[in-house]
Amino acid sequence: MLNYTFRRLLTAIPVAFIAITVCFFILRLAPGGPFDGERALPAEILRNLRAHYSLDQPLIVQYWMYVSSLLQGDFGPSMVIQDFTVSELLAIGLPFSLMLGFTAFVLATGIGIIAGMVAAVRQNQWPDYVLVLTVMLGIIIPNFLMANLLQLAFGVYLDWFPAGGFVNGSIHHLVLPITVLAWPHAARVSRLMRGSMIEVLGTNYVRTAKSKGIGERLVLVRHAIKPALIPVVSYLGPGLSYLLTGSLVVEQIFSLPGIGKYFITAALNRDYGLVLGTTVLYMGIIIALNLLVDLVYAWLDPKVRYR
Amino acid sequence: MKLTKLLTAATVAAGLAFTAVPALAVTLNLHNGAEPRSLDPQKVSGNWEDRPVSDYIEGLMTIDASGQPILGQAASYEISEDGTVYTFKIRDDANWSDGEPVTAQDFVLGYQRLVDPQTASEYAYLQYVVKNAAEINNGEIEDLDQLGVKAIDDKTLEITLNEPTPFFLDALTHYTAYPNPKHVYDEVGDDWTRLENLVANGPYKVVEWVPGSYLRSEKNDAYYNADNVQIDEVYYHILEDQAAALNRYRAGEFDILTDFPADQIDFLNANYPGEAHVAPFLGVYYYVVNQMDGKILADENLRKALSISINREVIGPDVLGTGELPAYGWVPPGVSNYKGEQYMPAWASEDYADRVEEARQIMADAGYTPDNPLKLQLRYNTNDNHQRIAVAISAMWKPIGVEVELFNSETPVHYDALESGDFTIGRAGWIMDYDDAINMLDLLKTGVGNNYGRYSNAEFDALLDKSATQTDLEARAETLHAAEKIAMDEFGVIPIYYYVSKNVVDPSISGFEDNAKDRHLVMYMSKSE
Repeated sequence: MLNYTFRRLLTAIPVAFIAITVCFFILRLAPGGPFDGERALPAEILRNLRAHYSLDQPLIVQYWMYVSSLLQGDFGPSMVIQDFTVSELLAIGLPFSLMLGFTAFVLATGIGIIAGMVAAVRQNQWPDYVLVLTVMLGIIIPNFLMANLLQLAFGVYLDWFPAGGFVNGSIHHLVLPITVLAWPHAARVSRLMRGSMIEVLGTNYVRTAKSKGIGERLVLVRHAIKPALIPVVSYLGPGLSYLLTGSLVVEQIFSLPGIGKYFITAALNRDYGLVLGTTVLYMGIIIALNLLVDLVYAWLDPKVRYR
Repeated sequence: MKLTKLLTAATVAAGLAFTAVPALAVTLNLHNGAEPRSLDPQKVSGNWEDRPVSDYIEGLMTIDASGQPILGQAASYEISEDGTVYTFKIRDDANWSDGEPVTAQDFVLGYQRLVDPQTASEYAYLQYVVKNAAEINNGEIEDLDQLGVKAIDDKTLEITLNEPTPFFLDALTHYTAYPNPKHVYDEVGDDWTRLENLVANGPYKVVEWVPGSYLRSEKNDAYYNADNVQIDEVYYHILEDQAAALNRYRAGEFDILTDFPADQIDFLNANYPGEAHVAPFLGVYYYVVNQMDGKILADENLRKALSISINREVIGPDVLGTGELPAYGWVPPGVSNYKGEQYMPAWASEDYADRVEEARQIMADAGYTPDNPLKLQLRYNTNDNHQRIAVAISAMWKPIGVEVELFNSETPVHYDALESGDFTIGRAGWIMDYDDAINMLDLLKTGVGNNYGRYSNAEFDALLDKSATQTDLEARAETLHAAEKIAMDEFGVIPIYYYVSKNVVDPSISGFEDNAKDRHLVMYMSKSE
């Protein structure tokens, strides 16, 4: 298994290199640049700006400069938030985004699994209907609308939670953002769990276990949960990377200091350094997560072997 | 020497500890919109940067609550007879927040950094009126000391201009003219705006910046007028989503909202009467028509048909819902140094149906009818409001025989296309950099980068050049009015509406005055419980 992990990590190196290269050139191919805005800048000022950020160098030279500084751990300057370097922005935003994403992930996965199990065991009874309905709301309402609705309901009318903002260490401020982030994820997990649980409950080995006279609860715990979790686990990897990278809307609407928004806004503003920095970071996280999921997967399902 | 410095630092630190915001501090929660790119006044360019920056640094001149220039760090000034040399005396009690005096050298440094090509300042051109500023900025002159900004002594500053400039005192209220603390800059260079190095000479000092969330400033007790500053602490909240910002205002988390969704004006007036402030603002929303040789709209008659068939009266009240003012001319109402009648074409007062008929006739003469329409592409940068206006206007053009293809793209792509001339009609907007008509009219001058439509008229250009030499403000205004008339009579550009500023101000806040610049210094505000 150690050998397998090591080999996986080795293959990550060319993957990372290709991703950085493709991302770098695609960004530069996109029309417009970081200094195209509402008004055209005088030619001499544009020239000064481009020289300041070495954008006047040939593309291949810029690429070389970027990769070599990256290898030294320097993500370069941000062109859109100039008082910070890209490394500083990521250092401030990453822990927050990870905290937000992981909290939402743990809560959503736990709630989703339990809800899916309950719905499966009480299939076509009222708990099933209530759960399916709640779950559907989380999937059909887009997150920006959900955020607004929650702000109105709990921030403006009920006044239970702040409608937005960040206060260091305040959990109170994170309730609504985490709910928005977690809901669709919990919904998908519970749907997967419900489906696979229903399937498992109908298999021969569960029927055999029941016929041996084991109590329903024990059958669930001993024989049904583990196999039913397999499709859920295979979703958790992409699910977690979605939660970590998909916090853009939540961060913007609730004014939170995460890095999710840099992914989109920096790309729209052509802030080359910041987009690349965020991409590289996310790529690392996603490669690590995929590896982790594969390892867990093999533990759950004895049929999977490391080669 | 070193010991004294250490002692000073210790005293300052102790002083800061004591001046930390007390429990009953008055806090202003200001919705600021986008994330500032920097706190360096010579590097910023947006009103979301102006707010925190202008609260912590003050120029020679500052603005009063109504946006008019008044003395700031300068105690007095004299203007030479030919109007080109300004001599400022800096206040004796003007100090930085670390106790160092504000000197003439600080202003020289600010100006030199602004025009130094190394700084790569986007707005350097705003101070091109200063002698040699343009030449240094574009690299013709390398010696920064050639700039027309000189320290006579520690408290006396002399600024020499290329020519008499009636709006120069106003230009000094702009952040491009703000001083830099030379004593800090000499030690840390461009890092002087990082929070650990930051010193302030204005009423506030930025003490915290959480990217994506907020900036926080505290009252600067070293400010000469600190006794009259009532708000102790200001949060500049970073939030671009207008609907979310409105929710937070309604939840009581913001005292001032600096923008709101246009379609919410009726809701606000009904539920929060008197809190929404909609005021004329120095800017124009317009359609650029590409007049390059060989382009279809080089034909003045077609431009006329397009312009007169737009019903501008419905755009502000109905399409947008926020009461933007219909624009028939180029220079917005309320601009300074522009005495005289506002430009108003004769057709503007004609019945709209007659105008459409006339436009239809022009198009028919050119061979275009609703059955055989002129096909045009209308470009705009992706935005709900731009889209609504584009849809409305293409509906107005349909009956005169124009078929519009709407084409939207993200902002950098859009402006890239406008600059390279790759468009037929394109949406643009101009917020005036300084309060003078020339700032609008320059946009239509031959060869200017922002003249996207490539409008060109030698007589117009000559009038602008003439105005630059006129010291008599009324005669100058007359020249500029004549120029505006030429460009508008030729339909060199299609103005749609004059911008308005949209703020929502909680009734507990006083001292917020609507003004055409939409600049509001926090030091004039107070908050009641």
